[in-house]
Amino acid sequence: MSGRVLVGVKRVIDYAVKIRVKPDHSGVVTDGVKHSMNPFCEIAVEEAVKLKEKKLMKEVVVVSCGPQQSQETIRTALAMGADRGIHVEVSGKDYETLGPLQVSKILAALAKKEDAQLIILGKQAIDDDCNQTGQMTAALLDWPQGTFASEVSLEKDGIKVVREIDGGLETIKISTPAVLTADLRLNTPRYATLPNIMKAKKKKIANVKPADLGVDLTSRLEVLRVDEPPQRQAGMKVETVDDLVSKLKDAGKV
Amino acid sequence: MHHKPSGGQLRKPSRSTKSLPVMGSDHTSGVVSFPPLQTYSEEESMMKDAVKKYAQERIAPFVSKMDENSAMDEEVIKSLFEQGLMGIEIDPEYGGTGSSFFASILVIEELAKVDPSVSVLCDIQNTLINVLFTKLGTPAQKEKYLSHLSTDMIGSFCLSEAESGSDAFALKTRAEKHKDFYVINGSKMWISNAEHAGVFLVMANVNPSAGYRGITCFIVDRETEGLEIGRKENKLGLRASSTCPVNFDNVKVPESNILGEIGHGYKYAIGMLNEGRIGIAAQMVGLAQGCFDHTVPYTRQRVQFGKRIFDFQGMQHQIAHVATQIEAARLLTYNAARLKEAGRPFIKEACMAKYFSAEVATLTTSKCIEWMGGVGFTKDYPIEKYYRDCKIGTIYEGTTNIQLSTMAKFIDKEFEQ
Repeated sequence: MSGRVLVGVKRVIDYAVKIRVKPDHSGVVTDGVKHSMNPFCEIAVEEAVKLKEKKLMKEVVVVSCGPQQSQETIRTALAMGADRGIHVEVSGKDYETLGPLQVSKILAALAKKEDAQLIILGKQAIDDDCNQTGQMTAALLDWPQGTFASEVSLEKDGIKVVREIDGGLETIKISTPAVLTADLRLNTPRYATLPNIMKAKKKKIANVKPADLGVDLTSRLEVLRVDEPPQRQAGMKVETVDDLVSKLKDAGKV
Repeated sequence: MHHKPSGGQLRKPSRSTKSLPVMGSDHTSGVVSFPPLQTYSEEESMMKDAVKKYAQERIAPFVSKMDENSAMDEEVIKSLFEQGLMGIEIDPEYGGTGSSFFASILVIEELAKVDPSVSVLCDIQNTLINVLFTKLGTPAQKEKYLSHLSTDMIGSFCLSEAESGSDAFALKTRAEKHKDFYVINGSKMWISNAEHAGVFLVMANVNPSAGYRGITCFIVDRETEGLEIGRKENKLGLRASSTCPVNFDNVKVPESNILGEIGHGYKYAIGMLNEGRIGIAAQMVGLAQGCFDHTVPYTRQRVQFGKRIFDFQGMQHQIAHVATQIEAARLLTYNAARLKEAGRPFIKEACMAKYFSAEVATLTTSKCIEWMGGVGFTKDYPIEKYYRDCKIGTIYEGTTNIQLSTMAKFIDKEFEQ
């Protein structure tokens, strides 16, 4: 057992930024906009580091796919306690069309190359909300998956995962190696302390190209148009319930 | 390629210190690119972001209560140490972060945006206490104190007295030599962090007949018999930062507790305050920015006469003017910090940064209250606290008048034939 955890982290537009659609409706404005690590990825990193601190795992390797700036995201994960990083260089047009299918192929290839025992990802990214990468990666590797995890315990005969589902909480037991995706309540990510930021400078980040992993980046999806959500219409106050019903009927809602 | 110019001093060109950004330099065409002042190394950038997040989540919720109770929350102090913010330049060998002076400046600025009281605690520790120990401490002293200063102990600097503020060297606290120990008697005033400090750096005179050349720096542990911390002042602003009189009644300290050399205390005080004032400049810049950042969103929301108050030209002009002042103050501060790191003369620039930033903080906070209107005048909004907090900037660590006089001395020299 390698005791190695692979954690995927994605660089996304910071959650606090007000998103603006590009005038040509081809996407959202990213130039000069603040980016940070996807919040669910932070939770994934925290969980991996916790496992290492509990001595249940030996090494945390953090991966990010993207342009040069993805290295900042990897550094942040290193400052949180990850041991080393892998930057899979994807830029330009390839980066624009990079989606869960390609990323999961990359992660699957890396998991084999690094002999990973566990892959932890955020359940979804806050920019595309796909919620697919974890599931696809598990399928490609033919590994079991524990998604929407709000609690993870490593036991002798497998991993117990408590999952947040629509009806409440579901507890499953899966064997390793496995893929887990982190939900909001799994943990509270630590701050990178200043000494850890300094230590992170000495940790290694390896550069890899998707071609080296034998991954084809061709996208099977084409984004046709991006629009803002429709403007919220003003509401209306009514005096009585009868008024309400008749207004609803007029609007064809009832 | 470089040759000494005839006569005059050869100024050492700025060499990259570990915190300076990588300068692009095209060797073939000899073109060197000079990055703007607001360029940070990757580590400085990460620290800035980390502190911003931490301050917003772990300090902001306590600010109002700490101000009202005139008391720093113990949890806040603990988390400052945990985040490595109290030993920024201390070597990792002693549990510190091992980063640069500029990183300290960025941290002080970010903290001040949220609470200038917490910022000054961090500033004094990093720019005054830690620097003195690092520069002047014997190996034994460093061993004893630095690891605590970076992990769990706050330090206080005792220079001012009731009768000596700006006229610092007129201090009367006496240290009498006996065999291998000294006995300290006197009273210090306006000592920041005193309530929580575990160690005090005390400036006392061992030989009053020698005037300021008798001033010596002593390390005095809090528990030393005869050291008494007086009741903290009830202040207008920076209320969460404790400011107390500290009395010395026949306090015995061994000779080994002298920091640096006997009679050199005055030099250390001046030297250290030169650096400290860049820290205060950063605190004032952060204060101004924090206040401004709370106010502008209000002006963009508040509607009068059918439009946002931000849209009135009078408001726009005032807001733009203040924004410019803050930017200028920040650049003065960053430049003074980079000059110091590059080992170049920086005292005049440090004075300019502190003087200007304190003025800008006063202007900004005053204007922000006006822009907020009635609500700016209430304690329900954070603006009035910034207004109260800013005033000390023109007073402590060298009053504005002292800064101006110091600058004038430099200017005078510059024009000497």
